[in-house]
Amino acid sequence: MATARVSGVPLASERADAAVFSTEHRLTGLNLLVAFIALALGGLFGVMQALQYNGIDLYKPIAPVLRGGYYQGLALHGVLNVLVFTTFFIIGWLTFTTTRSFGIPLASRTLGWVTFGVMTGGLLIAALPLLLNNATVMFTFYPPLKADPFFYIGLTLVVVGTWLLLANQVMTLRQWRAANPGVRIPLAAFMSIVTMTMWVICTFGVATEMLFLLIPWSLGLVQGTDPVLARTLFWFTGHPIVYFWLLPAYISWYNFIPKQAGGKLFSDPMARVSFILFLILSTPIGLHHQYTDPGISETWKLIHAIFTFGVFFPSLLTFFNVVASLEHGGRSRGGKGWLMWVFSLPWREPSFTAQVLAMILFAFGGAGGLINASYNINLVVHNTSWISGHFHLTVGTAVTLTFMGITYWLVPHITGRKLWSPPMALAQAWTWFLGMGMFSHWMHQLGLMSMPRRTAIGAANYMQPEWQPLLPFVMIGALIMFVSAILYYLNMIMTITAGKKEAVPMAPFARAISGPEDSPRVLDNFKPWLTISFILIVINYAPTLIRLISTTPLNIPGMRSW
Amino acid sequence: MNQKQLGYLFEIAWILPSVAVPIAFLVAIVITAFAVGISVPGEAGRVDPKTLNTTAPFDKPGLRELAPGRYEAVITAQLFNFTPGELEIPAGSKVTFIVTSRDVIHGYKVENTPINMMIVPGQISRMTTTFDQPGEYYVYCHEYCGGGHHLMAGKIIVTPAQSASSGR
Repeated sequence: MATARVSGVPLASERADAAVFSTEHRLTGLNLLVAFIALALGGLFGVMQALQYNGIDLYKPIAPVLRGGYYQGLALHGVLNVLVFTTFFIIGWLTFTTTRSFGIPLASRTLGWVTFGVMTGGLLIAALPLLLNNATVMFTFYPPLKADPFFYIGLTLVVVGTWLLLANQVMTLRQWRAANPGVRIPLAAFMSIVTMTMWVICTFGVATEMLFLLIPWSLGLVQGTDPVLARTLFWFTGHPIVYFWLLPAYISWYNFIPKQAGGKLFSDPMARVSFILFLILSTPIGLHHQYTDPGISETWKLIHAIFTFGVFFPSLLTFFNVVASLEHGGRSRGGKGWLMWVFSLPWREPSFTAQVLAMILFAFGGAGGLINASYNINLVVHNTSWISGHFHLTVGTAVTLTFMGITYWLVPHITGRKLWSPPMALAQAWTWFLGMGMFSHWMHQLGLMSMPRRTAIGAANYMQPEWQPLLPFVMIGALIMFVSAILYYLNMIMTITAGKKEAVPMAPFARAISGPEDSPRVLDNFKPWLTISFILIVINYAPTLIRLISTTPLNIPGMRSW
Repeated sequence: MNQKQLGYLFEIAWILPSVAVPIAFLVAIVITAFAVGISVPGEAGRVDPKTLNTTAPFDKPGLRELAPGRYEAVITAQLFNFTPGELEIPAGSKVTFIVTSRDVIHGYKVENTPINMMIVPGQISRMTTTFDQPGEYYVYCHEYCGGGHHLMAGKIIVTPAQSASSGR
């Protein structure tokens, strides 16, 4: 076993590094491979949707392969991009950050392979009904739309597989603690474990929905279901899932970007506090996705609104800490003035630029998210294309473009091949920023004009004259992203197959101006935070869940309406 | 002042507004919800979708005038339309929408109004608003409900107040 080291100090030899972590690198690489194949397929359907809005129907030519047309494509777009791409990338990425931050391999490499095996097996099981048009129920799979049971079983296996990473992380943490008594948990490992802990807690909701409602019902073991109960369990997981996507991006912004910018992380204690707040506050706020649902009291909706505003606080801490770190980087590189330091940042570095552009669009996404969380203001935008515009800024850019930015150093590092074309990577980051910025802006606008989301607008019998002039801009944005995706995949394929062979070091962990020694030790002890998290979940969810469960007639039959 | 102390000062300068601004937003929301009365749907009871045809009020969907200028619109949603699909009311009317679904989850959004509800089989959705401006208001099903989702819409025609015959 490699001896533990303080994060931020690179190993003497990259080759020794590659040897010690060869299994972890293979696991990370395979997870990333599945993730980016899913993103490529899912992304294609996204472009087709934007074309369909403008009367260009590409579904007819592919009908022999995919019978379900627009809505099957939409289901694939959602499932592949927000469920498969994110989950596989995150499991691969956190395997990497946990082990490299601790400086020791996974406690159980066998368990690491089992994790990947269960997730991939689940994915294949779920993919079959999806491709056969037997699960055109979107990534939210609201009953009583009834999919093939294998769709639910497969997705459940993917989730169960992810839980195994937390087990492995905890075992690795124990090993590390035994070898490093009294040492503070390195920031990246701390954040990786907090992220997975939050995820395991919140997936209780969707796991319960799957095991007790959807799977028995789709197998015909029970005749009826309860859609509002199912939605409540779904959103128990469905809101924290956005933090499961975001926190791994934050891990890069906190641990690597400050150093990539040429400086230090502003505050390690503030970073730890924000992650603990995400752990506590991510889950007991899910009802803000159900403001317009019947069968749930206004009181609990308002309480969840208040807590949602609470989770805005650690987001603002993150914003401050990351921007302050960027400023430190800019000034360390000779930048001056109130804002002119921005131009001293390393804008020629594609990994850096991609992630900072992701942050810029995320600022707009965060502001829009606050509007969505605003109880009655949400009535203006709920289920309109505003929402699709919103999460293309958050998961579609803050998360996706950050993940792409990470791969610009991570893939060369784990494959031992230099990035094929840095200028192409730079062009990719800017085109994604531009394309998504356009796409998302006009989707927000159309949403304010009441255009519904998840709708084949190009075939709608109620096309509004004021929507029509804006729809081409949605398409142009999507086509620019399509170009960006081609640049990305070409560059990655060329890197893996034809990149110059050499040992590429990983991006080093950033040091902090205010380090872990300034933060209270209790932050490294998970028990009090888990206790608070459970108490808040019980307070905010028990009354609604108990009432729904105790009064449900479970009498709504399933239906296939596609 | 060393760099760390300066850092703490910046942190406090950021944290205070980070707490104050969301609280101010929340106060505004609570005021509009309770003082102005723009609220969201709540608990309005369950109903069995299989027996809608014999369960009041859904056995007779349509518009009812409860008092002058005060209406109740009972609506069922089903693949891929609303019953009734069109309502006509005079401007200035206050309308309570009472909606449920016969099959899967649908949406009910009336453009340019706060009416925005999920329509769930087994549940009753209820919201009230006042239509001040005459004109045509489209109603959209905004939740994916199946292959014909994009064909599911309705219309509310608000007539100028002087022709105040109750719409039917």
